Amino acid sequence: MKFEIFDLGLTNFRQSWDFQKSMLLRVKQKELSSALILCRHLPVITLGRSGKKENILAGDSQLKKLNIKTYEVERGGDVTYHGPGQLCIYPVIDLANFKKDINWYLRSLEALLLDVLSDFGIKAQTQSGLTGIWVKQKKIASIGIAIKNWITFHGASLNLKNDDLANFSLIRPCGMDIIMTSMEGILNQEVRFDKVKRVLTRRWHEASSFAGTGRRN
Amino acid sequence: MKQVVLPELGEGIEGANITFWYFKVGDSVKEGEDLVELATDKATFNLPSPCSGTLKQILLNEGEAVKVGEVLAVIEEESSP
Repeated sequence: MKFEIFDLGLTNFRQSWDFQKSMLLRVKQKELSSALILCRHLPVITLGRSGKKENILAGDSQLKKLNIKTYEVERGGDVTYHGPGQLCIYPVIDLANFKKDINWYLRSLEALLLDVLSDFGIKAQTQSGLTGIWVKQKKIASIGIAIKNWITFHGASLNLKNDDLANFSLIRPCGMDIIMTSMEGILNQEVRFDKVKRVLTRRWHEASSFAGTGRRN
Repeated sequence: MKQVVLPELGEGIEGANITFWYFKVGDSVKEGEDLVELATDKATFNLPSPCSGTLKQILLNEGEAVKVGEVLAVIEEESSP
């Protein structure tokens, strides 16, 4: 069975959402063993299943003016913002081939992100009791997933650029008072998407084992 | 009658919240079809129907918490042809 990486580039959220669902079906039907979807989004706000509308701080007219749509999605977690300065990472994998354990998968995603950041010289960490990746007290990557028939979709978003961090002020990210940061914000130099994608796919293959070779200890 | 039980979801996860029932009592369901969506802190999880038949009872409603091992619903199994 095949494992494939799909790089959708800059997409609107709806397109990538539909694409994820089509991959979910292909993995369920065993046409693919797993898929890794990478993309960037035009500015969008998504509300997870634990999402509270009051965590969207901006009013409808402000969002309309900024051309930012809001979608209620089937992932876990509260509200988040996506913009072109982030890399979104949506693994569609059958946990039955690995471990039927939601926490194991969340921790594995975190480990993958920590490895990638470490390759760029960024010392990041998780926070006890929370999901996501922080550099000191600022959040650099967020995670929210959905699982159907033990097949995963949705996933993680990693902030590369400072450009659209300001738009996080339109919401209370994850329903918490969180300050966001980005790889460029930490490194104070340009971070290119193609380089991050290259490192991520390498780490995906060799370390996280999601491509199918067994888990690294 | 077949009981629909919340399976183990992972180490340290004691339960989840019910976010959505795909069916109502009296509906017929097929084995493997999404029956109910549950949510933990950062994940949602769809529990498929363990058999084909008629959904007889929903024991916990949307918004309620369910523990691992707890019964969520009862399905009357389709009699074999």
